[in-house]
Amino acid sequence: MKNKSDIILETKSLRKEFSGFVAVSGVNLKVRRGSIHAIIGPNGAGKTTLFNLLTKVHQPTDGTIEFNGRDITGLSSPEIARLGIVRSFQISAIFPELTVLENVRIALQCRRGDSFDFWKPKKTLFRMNDEARGYLESVGLDDSLNSMAGDLPYGRRRALEIATTLAMEPELLLLDEPTAGMGTEDIDRTADLIQRCAKDRTIIMVEHNLGVVARLADTISVQVRGQVVAEGNYETVSADPLVKEAYLGAAHA
Amino acid sequence: MNETKTNVQSNIPVLDRWNLEIIGIVLVVLFFLVAPFFIYPVFLMKAMSYAILGMSVNLLLGYVGLLSFGHAAFFGLSAYMFGHFAKEMDFGVALSMLIAVSGGTLLGVLFAMIAVRRIEFYFAMITLALAQLVYFFCVQAEFTGGDDGLQGIPRGEILGFSLLENSHLYGFVLLMFLFCLLFVFRIINSPFGEMLKAIRENPERVTSLGCSPRTYKFIAFVLSAFLASIGGALKALVFQIAALPDVHWLMSGDGVLMALVGGIGTLIGPIVGALFIVWAQDGLAEIGMSVVVMQGLLFMATVLLFRKGIVGELGRLKKYFR
Repeated sequence: MKNKSDIILETKSLRKEFSGFVAVSGVNLKVRRGSIHAIIGPNGAGKTTLFNLLTKVHQPTDGTIEFNGRDITGLSSPEIARLGIVRSFQISAIFPELTVLENVRIALQCRRGDSFDFWKPKKTLFRMNDEARGYLESVGLDDSLNSMAGDLPYGRRRALEIATTLAMEPELLLLDEPTAGMGTEDIDRTADLIQRCAKDRTIIMVEHNLGVVARLADTISVQVRGQVVAEGNYETVSADPLVKEAYLGAAHA
Repeated sequence: MNETKTNVQSNIPVLDRWNLEIIGIVLVVLFFLVAPFFIYPVFLMKAMSYAILGMSVNLLLGYVGLLSFGHAAFFGLSAYMFGHFAKEMDFGVALSMLIAVSGGTLLGVLFAMIAVRRIEFYFAMITLALAQLVYFFCVQAEFTGGDDGLQGIPRGEILGFSLLENSHLYGFVLLMFLFCLLFVFRIINSPFGEMLKAIRENPERVTSLGCSPRTYKFIAFVLSAFLASIGGALKALVFQIAALPDVHWLMSGDGVLMALVGGIGTLIGPIVGALFIVWAQDGLAEIGMSVVVMQGLLFMATVLLFRKGIVGELGRLKKYFR
């Protein structure tokens, strides 16, 4: 919070090897505060590995990650969550046997700190209900507060996941293929949702759907064979010969 | 206006599940108050101490998603310790039970430190392996009396009530059993319990929200070991015996089976499961059929036909009453 520089997240020569195979190499990412930053690239380009490095699923072999000017390379994933970097998952990460409201309340519990209070009644959680409902309202789920989360249709699960993520009040949101496996209608709705969430937040997303990327992203990094080969807005990137080559093959370049 | 509507709405399902659990507790209490007039009380006391073991297994299996195959270690060690301190050291029921339960709980802390780092299959295997270590320790150790076990553990008295009197003994066991039942009820309906369910459903997500599942699992495991220890000490008090079957892995298996047959993830399930299994064990012993074979069949039937267990399947019926 003290350091309000323009760059919220920066990676310096980030590299990840899996027993000899280089999945990510020399990635210098600069993510501007308040922007939507998309990472795209063909299959096997190392997008997911890069995402996993940012979310602390993997430790980088080399290089550093800085968040608000602070080195977070060595922190664990619960630690970065508490700093304000919260991720979503490719398969909607919800708690299916809890109600919609309880799902969001879990995030509020986590934000408050650990809840080791096994001797307290559940009623102590009810005062979080109104706040939880607020987040559910913002994604249009306030009509099914008491449904089991597992009974929600696919697109609404994504909305619930986003509401849960928002309840953490993250400064930086990391979205892993937010529209993966969705039909057109759900894609549009999710894109709207992301756009709304982006207000006073920074979002980094890995995304396959170029339509969504074109519509939402301020900056696009194109990753090919582990390296970022192009960066800029949609027009710049889509005109780049290296990008065309990567997506369409050398003949079209 | 809007406010009231939400508050009412958001409390309904909680109260709903909560109400069912309250009804369950009341029914259980009524049953155990009336039953001794019709059923052999020792059978009921056996069922209650087994049910505590079942509840402790269910706390982990049903609410955290951890299958422990080592709860006989806490149950058995506590039974032995109770027997040792009550019989050899003459410490009396209350103090012996306190020491025994503390011992079992401490063993739980040791197990938890090693086991909660593992998940799923590996968790089950590591708890089994640790419990086998305890079993072989009990086979070798002097104070357990080896194959003979500890026999003739004195019942003594507690708070001025002589436990030689059967009704007093029954009352004491029932009180301890109710304490355990309410203890579990409180845990699963607490903010902590809410986190446990979230961890059961999706541990990666909990991590990504900034909480570390391992600490929660650790605490849940220790609480569960605490319960299993109470069950073991009570069993030793009722039968006046602590012996190798109490620490044998089959006892761990019984705990899992009771939770499974009764309904994992339900408050009352393990109690129904315990009554059923103790009844089946005693009944089959009379007609000379192998208990192990019966339990194997029962296990298969549960997994294949009614996965939610007896109470879980009954719970499904509630939607027809709306």
